[in-house]
Amino acid sequence: MTAAIDTLLQGLLLGGLYALFATGLALSFGVMRMINIAHGDFAILSAFLAVAVVAGLGLNPFVVMILVVPAMALLGYGLQRLVLNRTLGKDIMPPLLVTFGCSIVIQNLLQEIFSADTRSLDAGSLGTDSLALGGGVAVGVLPLLIMASAVAVLAALQYLFARTRLGRAFRAASDDATTAQLMGIDNKHVYGVAMAIAMAVVALAGFYLALRANVSPSEGPARLIYAFEAVIIGGLGSLWGTLAGGMVLGVAQSVGLRLDPGWGILSGHLAFLAILVLRPNGLFPKTRDR
Amino acid sequence: MSVNEIQIERSTRASNIAAILGVLLLVAFVSMPWWGERSGQRLLTEFLYTVALAQMWNLLAGYGGLLSVGQQAFVGLGAYVLVALGLHAGINPFLVIPLAGLVAGLIAIPTAAVLFRLRGAYFAVGTWVVAEVFRLLISNSSSWGGGSGLSVTQTVRDIPVWWRDSLTLWCAVALGASATLLVYWLLRSRHGLALTAVRDSEPAASSLGVSVQRIKWFVYIVSAVGCGMVGALIFITKLRVSPEAAFSLDWTTVMLFVVVIGGIGTVEGPIVGTLVYFVLRELLSNYGSWYLIALGLIAILFMLWIPRGIWGLMSARFDLRCFPVQRRLRLDEEAKR
Amino acid sequence: MSLLSVNNLNAHYGDFQALYGIDFRVEEGETVAVIGANGAGKSTFLRTLSGLISTARDGVIFAGQSIGGELAHRIVGLGLAQVPEGRCLFPSMSVEENLLIGAYSGRPGPWNLQRLYGLFPILKERRNVPATMLSGGQQQMVALGRALMSNPRLLLCDEISLGLAPVMIKDVYAALPGIKAEGTSVVVVEQDTGQAMRVADRLYCFQEGKVALEGAPSQLSREQISLAYFGV
Repeated sequence: MTAAIDTLLQGLLLGGLYALFATGLALSFGVMRMINIAHGDFAILSAFLAVAVVAGLGLNPFVVMILVVPAMALLGYGLQRLVLNRTLGKDIMPPLLVTFGCSIVIQNLLQEIFSADTRSLDAGSLGTDSLALGGGVAVGVLPLLIMASAVAVLAALQYLFARTRLGRAFRAASDDATTAQLMGIDNKHVYGVAMAIAMAVVALAGFYLALRANVSPSEGPARLIYAFEAVIIGGLGSLWGTLAGGMVLGVAQSVGLRLDPGWGILSGHLAFLAILVLRPNGLFPKTRDR
Repeated sequence: MSVNEIQIERSTRASNIAAILGVLLLVAFVSMPWWGERSGQRLLTEFLYTVALAQMWNLLAGYGGLLSVGQQAFVGLGAYVLVALGLHAGINPFLVIPLAGLVAGLIAIPTAAVLFRLRGAYFAVGTWVVAEVFRLLISNSSSWGGGSGLSVTQTVRDIPVWWRDSLTLWCAVALGASATLLVYWLLRSRHGLALTAVRDSEPAASSLGVSVQRIKWFVYIVSAVGCGMVGALIFITKLRVSPEAAFSLDWTTVMLFVVVIGGIGTVEGPIVGTLVYFVLRELLSNYGSWYLIALGLIAILFMLWIPRGIWGLMSARFDLRCFPVQRRLRLDEEAKR
Repeated sequence: MSLLSVNNLNAHYGDFQALYGIDFRVEEGETVAVIGANGAGKSTFLRTLSGLISTARDGVIFAGQSIGGELAHRIVGLGLAQVPEGRCLFPSMSVEENLLIGAYSGRPGPWNLQRLYGLFPILKERRNVPATMLSGGQQQMVALGRALMSNPRLLLCDEISLGLAPVMIKDVYAALPGIKAEGTSVVVVEQDTGQAMRVADRLYCFQEGKVALEGAPSQLSREQISLAYFGV
């Protein structure tokens, strides 16, 4: 019984990490109607960047995070304005193909610079501490921290969208880019900011990933897939749905892993496919997929 | 001016020349086992199956409007049909090739049923998930060699080397040429007009009675069949099948690169793109991962600045069409009066 | 100096030329109407003024500045706002949010939520309703209010009576005097010639992308207008 609760809890908390990955993806699709195929690779890039800075400057990983996240946000803004904005239009192919190219470039660049070995960040005692919940059940402090971060980020974004001038601009640009211009909104800049935020969140996700486990340069695509699955399971257009989706995925993977080591990831995929067949709009859909 | 005086024609001078050249090239390829040397044959085999793969991706994306980053699912499937029928059941590997296509086509049916619930970019990532599912399912089962794979040399052991190489080449010629001709034929037919219409505007096409759904199904299944057959052929040449290699994203990377560089949505594009890809690969062969980085960067640059690819650019500039798919109106001399 | 001065304006959709050498002017405080049949180029003209279609730099001079081909979002900041054809409200936003987004450019001026609710009391009652769930007439009020929130010096109204019942059209146009009282100049594109003539100080008639007639309503005869409108 404890084992079952343990598995469930682990899965739920893993969902927090997946939700962080998924949020950036959901944001860029929500505002720009664009999926960044290199989304996972940017997370891995931030992780390796953090690893390099920690190794080079010997700083505490959390301090490095405070440096890396804004740096990645800036990179995201630049990438959107200089490259990705040129691909936006009626055709869905250019942004997908360009970001696919980015994915290949990043993976191989990381491989050239860092070799194919895996790296990780040392979380110190945080990585091993656990909180006892009674009844013989305990949860790791790090997974709890990650889940707390995910909830905080989602709450902040919800507030941003619902109550701020920028959030309204995001919604306007997403609803109707032409009329948004008539309101005085500079779409190119707004998309840049959206990508900067998405990139900051994904940098945080990559950072946590490296704290939790080893990362390898070619892991990006897998991360993209989990993010994507979390978004679809949760339902398009719903930020909190993304958290739910992440948790469903996390639990599916956790349960599968418990049954057979080779079935962890596969169970996640199968759960995704099942939701796709049974409830194609996800668990908490808010918008129709256009 | 009455209707009788307007002629509808298809061929151009370029296309007539190309047709003759094409036949000559085919004769040269097929006869290569008698005059060519081994390494040249292997290269040509690889060239031709790459063209076949690219045409399959082109069919999906350029005409069906379905962007897939998961065709490696069917390439890998073809490889494992080779394992099942060639290795385990002892069937002649070259006969397995069409069977691999059949199996891939059958599996494509339920796959499409699930995937078509997604659209656009989501469909693309969905295809990737499917490929991953296939890979993991096979990785987890030891009867297929598990994660480390197995050798299929057994399948060709009884075939003399000359026949092995020649049959491989002939199959590659057959696949490359038929993939190209199939795409060409499809586009010449009224299905082609329908496909172009779907690509240009789904709602408009469907309001004209074009069955968008049926076209997407057809294109998806044909592409799966093609990729399956090529998959079986590829692993006859490689002789070792592992899930990593069979379901590798690299297949999609190559298809994508070739079609983007060559020209999406044209019949000639994948051929031009494959040529460029092979040349680049030769030039950059000593640089390890840098060669993939260069491919990625070139694809990005092309997508940003030359979205119609090399062939798209050239055919617009010089009005060249080697595989004419449009119909042109030609007014008779008389009618011009 | 006119508030808006348009000189020999040409505009294209790709290869297709939609406007030919338009000369047009709006004086401070005026209400100018643009009438014409479907496809005459009226909406194209407004879209060009707002920067959605590019044109020669000196083709449009607004408050002394050449703004032809300027980026659309900058033109709003200069004080030229449009109520687009078909209203184009943002479906994911409530009535109040749609009004608020109109103030994005942050231009100072007399218009704010309070004033707008004063002008259109019905909107205050329905401020949290998703904007696209309102009736046609109410949506038009939101669209008008949204444009006013940017405190424009010149307001362009593209077919605000389109699809509305006559009693609704009256209500919408009843807001015009309040707008004019704040010193805003207005350009009204209308298919309903009678309505246009009732509100305008001057009117232009477009036909196939050209100006076919110009003058004050009182000085133009029915025949002149028919001729210019239909071109027969």
